[in-house]
Amino acid sequence: MNTNNNLYTIVYATIMVVVVAVILAFASSLLKERQQRNVEIERKEMILRSVQLGADQAARAKDKDSYIEAEYAKYIKDSSINEQGKDLTLYICTIENGERFYIIPLKGVGLWGPVWGYISLKGDFNTVYGATFDHKSETPGLGAEITTPAFYDQFENKKIFDNSGNYVSVLVVKGGADASNPHEVDAISGGTITSKAVEEMLFKNIKEYTTFFAAKLKEAEERAAEAALQMQQSDSTAVTPTLQVNIQ
Amino acid sequence: MYKKIFIEPLFKNNPVSVLVLGICSALAVTVKLEPALVMALSVTIVMGFSNAIISSLRNTIPNRIRIIVQLVVVAMLVILVDQVLKAFAYEVSKQLSVFVGLIITNCIIMGRIEAFALANKPLPSLIDGIANGLGYGIILVAVAFFRELFGSGSLMGYQLIPASWYLKNGGFYENNGLFILPPMALILVGVFIWVQRSIQKELIEK
Repeated sequence: MNTNNNLYTIVYATIMVVVVAVILAFASSLLKERQQRNVEIERKEMILRSVQLGADQAARAKDKDSYIEAEYAKYIKDSSINEQGKDLTLYICTIENGERFYIIPLKGVGLWGPVWGYISLKGDFNTVYGATFDHKSETPGLGAEITTPAFYDQFENKKIFDNSGNYVSVLVVKGGADASNPHEVDAISGGTITSKAVEEMLFKNIKEYTTFFAAKLKEAEERAAEAALQMQQSDSTAVTPTLQVNIQ
Repeated sequence: MYKKIFIEPLFKNNPVSVLVLGICSALAVTVKLEPALVMALSVTIVMGFSNAIISSLRNTIPNRIRIIVQLVVVAMLVILVDQVLKAFAYEVSKQLSVFVGLIITNCIIMGRIEAFALANKPLPSLIDGIANGLGYGIILVAVAFFRELFGSGSLMGYQLIPASWYLKNGGFYENNGLFILPPMALILVGVFIWVQRSIQKELIEK
């Protein structure tokens, strides 16, 4: 057979492309569900990690997927707030003793691709409780180190507002941050652009929530003042007012 | 004969250290040992199957679109490997990220298809593909071994150098940052080629 014939070449190419397309489409539809589940589990795992949950090694080793699902269902509630015409996602974590943490999703641009993460704030909307980061394609060993505990553990107990209430976020500082400074963490050596990307991501993403936080704090203050006033009036000393912030 | 096809690419005719093919990915995925192992395995699978498929089609492929046919077959296999990794080894697939896709451009694969599969029967082609993948894998793992050990003080993610040795904890040791950067992979590959040439004198050009 003459395989250099024009018609033969065209027919050959057409059949080949169709066959390959069918194989790939079939594989994709077969594996899609599992892949999406992996992505979903990873997202939940990151949210849990940002509030320092989901780290039970024994349970993880046994059946990681259902463990993460169960922990997520137990502690985390998705909620959405509307701020200046923009829908913002906020995850609320309630732990056993009733304390609440507010988890903000972060999205940013790294050196080679997107970076993202979650940061959780305590009930004062100021102190960081935990943070976690991930990336699509930062340099392994350099920028990719943002996913390690050595980096994200630094964020605990940092503050996003300064003493006079101005928004400063948390800065990622090159050349050694002062551990006692509440607004600074160490950057990654060799990963300056990724570190700066994390800093910018934190600043931009948290900023969108600041007016919401301010409103919530004011609301809580008013409620506390009201409670204090009521207490004075009724002259009761047995009940102490608790600062409670509720978001629905 | 099959034995010779299998043994030769492992050392005597190694695709990386003798033919100097596939260097690009050897630089990129060898910072840590685990991605290097998965990369080596993925390349071996893709190369074995692509060699076998092209070899069984070799008498029907129109000569003028030969390279395109080869690329389509390789690309299909690479996408399949990528999808399977995403479904069953999600953590590793994230580490390899773009490099799995770049297997398509790995010169060893196209090189073996052109040099071997087009002229041989499917079974020897399959063996040749797997052997070359393993030959590539040996170099990859060796480079990654040294880079992870000296660059991060660990192997397969397990910390081998005790934390108390490090300068920051009052010790005397510091990881060598150069090992993490791509140039070190090139230097290591150069050292391997040197070692091989001092063993195999016939490789030395006059």
